[in-house]
Amino acid sequence: MNGDVEMNEKQRYITLDLGGAPMTPWCRFKRVVKRTFRIELFIGLWVTIREMFKTLFMGKSHTTKYPFEKMPISSRYRAIHDMLRLLESGHYRCIGCGLCEKICISNCIAMETRYDENQRKEVSGYTINFGRCIFCGYCAEVCPELAIVHGARYETASEQRASFSLFEDMLTPIDKLKEQKEFEGYGAPSPWADKNIKKTPLAY
Amino acid sequence: MNQNEVKIKIDGVECIAKEGEYILNIARANGIYIPAICYISRCSPTLACRICLVEADGKRVYACNAKAKDGMDVTTSSEEILEERKAIMNVYDINHPLQCGVCDQSGECELQNYTLELGIDSQNYAILDCKRESTNFSSVLHYDPGLCIVCERCVTICKDMVGDNALSTGPRDGAEIDKELKESMPKDAYAMWNKLQKSLIVPSNGTDQTNCSDCGECLSVCPVGALVSRDFVYSSNAWELKRIPATCSHCSSGCQIFYETKPTSISDRSDKIYRVTNEWNYVSLCGAGRFGYDFENSSATKDEKQFAKAIIALKEAKAIRFNSIITNEEAAMLQTLKKELGLKLINPEAKAFQSFLRDFESYRGETLYRGNYKEMMSESNFIISVGSALRHDNPNVRYVFNNIQKLNKGAGLYFHPVGDTLIESLGKNVTPIYHNAGLEEYALYLILDLFASKEELPKEIRTYLESFHKKSTKIVKETIMEDITETVVDEETGESKEVTKKKPKIVEKEVEYIENGLATLLNAPEGFDDIFEKMTAKADDFSMVVGEDFYVHPRAENLVKLLALIEKYTQIKIALIPPKTNSLGVALICDLDEKTDGYTIGYNENGDFRLSALGDGDLDMPALNQQEGTFTNMHKRVVPTNAALSYEGYELNDIMNALGLGERLSVDWTSKLPVRKGFEALSFDALPNGFTNAGEELRGYMLKQKISKPKDYEVEKPDESIQLKGDVAYRCNPQRQFNDFTNKAHQISEPFALYVSEEKAQSLGTKVKVEIGNISLELPVAVDNKMSGDVVKIPDFLSSKDVYSLFDKGRFKQVKISEV
Repeated sequence: MNGDVEMNEKQRYITLDLGGAPMTPWCRFKRVVKRTFRIELFIGLWVTIREMFKTLFMGKSHTTKYPFEKMPISSRYRAIHDMLRLLESGHYRCIGCGLCEKICISNCIAMETRYDENQRKEVSGYTINFGRCIFCGYCAEVCPELAIVHGARYETASEQRASFSLFEDMLTPIDKLKEQKEFEGYGAPSPWADKNIKKTPLAY
Repeated sequence: MNQNEVKIKIDGVECIAKEGEYILNIARANGIYIPAICYISRCSPTLACRICLVEADGKRVYACNAKAKDGMDVTTSSEEILEERKAIMNVYDINHPLQCGVCDQSGECELQNYTLELGIDSQNYAILDCKRESTNFSSVLHYDPGLCIVCERCVTICKDMVGDNALSTGPRDGAEIDKELKESMPKDAYAMWNKLQKSLIVPSNGTDQTNCSDCGECLSVCPVGALVSRDFVYSSNAWELKRIPATCSHCSSGCQIFYETKPTSISDRSDKIYRVTNEWNYVSLCGAGRFGYDFENSSATKDEKQFAKAIIALKEAKAIRFNSIITNEEAAMLQTLKKELGLKLINPEAKAFQSFLRDFESYRGETLYRGNYKEMMSESNFIISVGSALRHDNPNVRYVFNNIQKLNKGAGLYFHPVGDTLIESLGKNVTPIYHNAGLEEYALYLILDLFASKEELPKEIRTYLESFHKKSTKIVKETIMEDITETVVDEETGESKEVTKKKPKIVEKEVEYIENGLATLLNAPEGFDDIFEKMTAKADDFSMVVGEDFYVHPRAENLVKLLALIEKYTQIKIALIPPKTNSLGVALICDLDEKTDGYTIGYNENGDFRLSALGDGDLDMPALNQQEGTFTNMHKRVVPTNAALSYEGYELNDIMNALGLGERLSVDWTSKLPVRKGFEALSFDALPNGFTNAGEELRGYMLKQKISKPKDYEVEKPDESIQLKGDVAYRCNPQRQFNDFTNKAHQISEPFALYVSEEKAQSLGTKVKVEIGNISLELPVAVDNKMSGDVVKIPDFLSSKDVYSLFDKGRFKQVKISEV
């Protein structure tokens, strides 16, 4: 035994007296009953039971009911693009400058513009090929009007890729204009941007 | 160093230049940078922007209008000058809309460039803006005065180069500048602002439409996005467009152009030409070149059945009928077909030009012609135009004619049967001589009489010319100072005094002079001898351009002899205007035949089997914006052109290959062009295509000219019997229309109609029947408001109407016109 102790001390092993394994079926049955009704089980399940009660009777749950509920994600997350509208007029913000088309490194943005009846540049066609898009975020960063931004729509499973790719699909629905949030990710002006601007004198 | 060369120093760099050259041009030629907005090479300085301010020998001058003097020391920048330039850019930026994101200039903006270059990051000045609304000046011009910085480049190019003079500066109704600024602001910036605040660009005729030739040069020179083509507005950013250097395929000028392409739309990714641009400092385009670009054969496919039919047709055919709107390479292929298959080559317009040119060469003992349009433009100060409706036939020759008037303070004689008020308006010293059709020989005799030194002329001709000189008298009004004695009563004293005063008096005096019967015969304006004297007073460099009227003239042979005589006995340098795009190339490369009967292949022309680049033939061919190759232009230069758009069908080289006569590529023919005709055995890829900073043309190569022994010839007396009177029609296309291809372009809308002057239109209805010989044409009547006189114009730009054959020999024809 001495030799054993020496070794245990050295390695700090403790040998537990677990008794022998039940040998007869009766003994096995007794062990099951004993383990089932020992109170320790309920100590281990306490958190679960507490949360179950909260969920069932107090309406407090940690589970997100996906797909009915979604987790909030960081404004820096780069999912399917959103096209924002001007809050005042409801008109789309895009001016058709073509910078996103130019900067796109996977060359997946294409747009068409025309001279419209109000003497403005109208975006008559806009599409992003999401088969090619690598969600790098350059388009949102380069956009001078914060018109194209990365939204939170990360579920990109669909029967057709085309379901995402048109201007109308990305544009804030006009009836949800009030819910449109200002973009704070890459390309958004810094909170101190106003300080960096020199005022131009006006003669009005 | 030549006698008229000067040496100047710019920023310490020694430059050698011609005397009288502007500092800015010398700097540019030597790669020294001086900022300048309003100056255009080959036009007069405008002095609107004042940003090219430099110091020459310690004095402040504007580089664009200060002429170099020997030993001059120029500094392009100093602290003072920089401050001045910064203030100028500051002023330009006041109230300039911040819409760079949508502006059509899209970064190719000189306002943006100079603002950034000079580091303008804040604004010190302000002024009340005024209402400036965008308008359309014509069917192609769109003007946004909000973006305009009134550099007047559009006004300058329209006046000095194009000659339409359709734009000018007009009132702006801008607010007054704070008077105090006069003291505190840099001087030049203040002066520039003062002018800027008072003007905008308006059509010069007082209406809101320019009524010009719609060449679009004003669009190309605009440094900002103020002047843009209506078709192009907001359709593309400059950076999206692929620039393909090419050569315009509409007339023989063969101007360098850039086709700018990008995909047609989101769903159609095939390339489309969005616009045509040019290096406007060195090349000026016309409306056909700028707007007639979408003539491609887009529907072509490789139709094997038709291709097989074409091969059979070629083996069967007696002749190929074609026109000169083809490349040199295609001409060489056609010539090979003639050689190998014994086909006849029918091209009446090139044939006429070819025989004219061959005679002209043999009588002078020199190949091609001596005149050079580029040199004319820079050096000549007297230009004569014969046998060409300059406004229509070749816009670039008209630009040369105009530029000589405006920049070289020159004079011009315009001989033509059709009145043209625009040519008249090109300069004070332009004299039009509207003679009757058929009297062209007399015109050349008159030129001989006016310019040749009489002693040297052969005796026979001298006596013939003298037979027209008649002693005559005319009444001349003269102002003389006369002594007049008046009796004046002094009011104070009541005494009367006699006072002698000198007063001018106009007296009529009879003077004897020699009346030139030739001038009278040609309906020269009254007092032509005096006018002519005034015109030639300062002239020392004479040139003459000869147009298509002469090549198809019934007396063409005698006209050539007279031209040879003119070149021999006068100082006039003569240049010919090839009638179509590549007539010169075709005339040099192909041996052309007279018209024959039998099975004919038509290449872009009528025929039994039609090869067509228009997409309406039996087998498709590529249009000239879909193929590579070279043209031989009127500048005697072989210039390369490139394919802007893809082409899916067969080309002539494929047919050649099927016959076992082809090369791997069409452009492999470039090095096989006939060297004995002046071409060089250079491969297509070896041909350069550009300009140096000094404006020297580096495109392709010049044809080699050879000298031989001149052939003897005897000039005949004119044949007065071919003079046409009564209703005369002239085969002439409206401006911007040259051929089926320009007609296909969507921005060119001039109709196939009978073109008449305003006064003539009053006697005609809206539609007329024109009888030429025993064939009659029904044509709508269109007014050309720059035409005068009774002659009517019948266009020949539609090959299907075959107007060319109706006129047979000559461009003028007696016709019967009756209202429908």
